[in-house]
Amino acid sequence: MSVLIYAENAGGKFKKSIFEAISYARAIADQNNTSLTAVSIGNVDAAELALLGKYGADKVLNVSGDKLKDFVNQAYASIIAEAAKKEGSAVVVLSNTFSGRGLAPRVGVKLEAGVADGVVALPVQEGGSFKVKKTAFSGKAFAIVELTSAIKVIALVPNSYKVVETGGTAQVEDFSVESKASDFKAMIKEIVRSSDKVSLPDAEIVVSGGRGLKGPENWGMIEELASLLGAATACSKPVSDAGWRPHSEHVGQTGIAVSPNLYIAVGISGAIQHLAGVSSSKVIVVINKDPEAPFFKVADYGIVGDAFEVLPKLIAAVKEYKASA
Amino acid sequence: MKILVCVSNVPDTTTKITFTDNNTQFNTNGVQFILNPYDEIALARAIELTDGGKGTVTVINVGDASTEATIRKALAIGATDAVRVNAKPHDAWYVAHQIAQYVKANPFDLILTGRESIDYNGSKVAGMLGELLDIPSVSIIKKLDAGDSEATVEREIEGGKEVLTIPYPFVAGAAEGVAEPKIPNMRGIMSARTKPLAVIEPTEVKTFSEIVSYETPAPRGQVKLVAADDTAKLVELLHAEARVI
Ligand SMILES: Cc1cc2nc3c(=O)[nH]c(=O)nc-3n(C[C@H](O)[C@H](O)[C@H](O)COP(=O)(O)OP(=O)(O)OC[C@H]3O[C@@H](n4cnc5c(N)ncnc54)[C@H](O)[C@@H]3O)c2cc1C
Repeated sequence: MSVLIYAENAGGKFKKSIFEAISYARAIADQNNTSLTAVSIGNVDAAELALLGKYGADKVLNVSGDKLKDFVNQAYASIIAEAAKKEGSAVVVLSNTFSGRGLAPRVGVKLEAGVADGVVALPVQEGGSFKVKKTAFSGKAFAIVELTSAIKVIALVPNSYKVVETGGTAQVEDFSVESKASDFKAMIKEIVRSSDKVSLPDAEIVVSGGRGLKGPENWGMIEELASLLGAATACSKPVSDAGWRPHSEHVGQTGIAVSPNLYIAVGISGAIQHLAGVSSSKVIVVINKDPEAPFFKVADYGIVGDAFEVLPKLIAAVKEYKASA
Repeated sequence: MKILVCVSNVPDTTTKITFTDNNTQFNTNGVQFILNPYDEIALARAIELTDGGKGTVTVINVGDASTEATIRKALAIGATDAVRVNAKPHDAWYVAHQIAQYVKANPFDLILTGRESIDYNGSKVAGMLGELLDIPSVSIIKKLDAGDSEATVEREIEGGKEVLTIPYPFVAGAAEGVAEPKIPNMRGIMSARTKPLAVIEPTEVKTFSEIVSYETPAPRGQVKLVAADDTAKLVELLHAEARVI
């Protein structure tokens, strides 16, 4: 057996969540005394591919070509499954990104593999059993899932495993798979990237605003604090429902689930559906004028006060801290 | 256009999650079950797309008889008819295989699911269905416009979005933004009682995963309050104590 990691790139670059997934896959390979192969699809240059070795891959299967330059769900799933077959992989690891969540189930069916997504810890393997811990009930609990198939597919949640540099080097091998025309039915017309912003699912810090901010015109404060901290911005559901912010920023049970190192909630009450998607954040800071707001019950740090007075002061304090650092 | 919407029956969003039998069973005691919120979004879009006689919307659920209230709710919202595969859903693999089996005998132009169910949060059924039926799948979509021979969908990507055109048939998992959930009106509720709900028996499917136990997140400590005019103190705590900045 071996372990296979799908190293997803964004515009030819690997992101931190991929280095986390490689580190994680490396640890599984070590648990099983086996090797780790990374498969990279799209046009990624040699220097970037070399990074995969630095984080623990022994070998890299490099699949390139113009047709595969951008993500094509079906074709990519075929390649990953073929790579797993070629390497005799018993475990296939993906990152629980938007693309990873589309690929994992297709790869699972192709390999007749049990699939666990939303995984947050290393598998526990004893006496032939293979158990993973995954988020359930939108972060209100975890489920321990035993995968009983010969091959297992797991998707790791960003920010749930530490990046470990092994300083190794990987041998890069070109790889290709005869692709079916039917794998290319879905066509990308356009990719719109808001490149100046930190993306929400893999952000280490998130600054989030709720209805307490009163209107879209007051989001400048949220954005300024976020940009000072290198953070992504987010919001509660009523805020995106009202059109103050795009739906892609809405976090919670019916929005995006996030698990950053730091979540700063401003003017958000902390309704159970909101907490469901943010409570696995490592540190939570709440700013709310109502001392009874439920959010204070799950917060690590809190300020009871008016956002319109506290935020400008907090922005000033962060500026001062950064100037002195 | 013939649309199939896959719906699941999940604990109400306000449910406090607890377990019994040494944390091996989800405690359903006193829990109200609802139509999965993302499935409501998928259903709402399906109804919009077929409005005015432009097609039909079938809902399908893999579940025992206890899920019929949820299926009737989907009919009350406006689905044309419903199918229940009479089995307790074991995992996504099981559910996807049952639905694929049905679709092979009863083809649809478009199959919609929710992006995930709010109980086990997998977004697997859409992708597995796509693979089993050998048609395209998009796991999480934010927008869906239907043309005559193909649809245009918007998919979220980290730090942006992707616009895709996909010929029918395909599967897509609906997320926030695709449509506003619809509330059933009195006429809908009345007619839901008489709309067709077929019950079919499951086919045998291998199982590859099993939930062996549950855990609840570790309780957080007491909140440390900082005075509203002492934001420098908060910054200091985040730096020196929490080590997050
Ligand atoms: C099926 C379902 C799914 C849902 N999914 C989600 C979800 O995914 N995410 C989500 O967020 N919600 C979700 N909700 C909605 C959720 O129940 C709450 O309604 C929502 O989270 C409240 O948002 P809010 O805290 O921004 O607004 P409010 O509840 O209006 O709270 C605003 C808060 O701001 C404070 N405030 C007001 N003015 C100020 C000020 N000047 N300075 C400081 N504080 C101030 C108030 O004290 C209050 O606590 C869902 C609901 C349902 C029914």
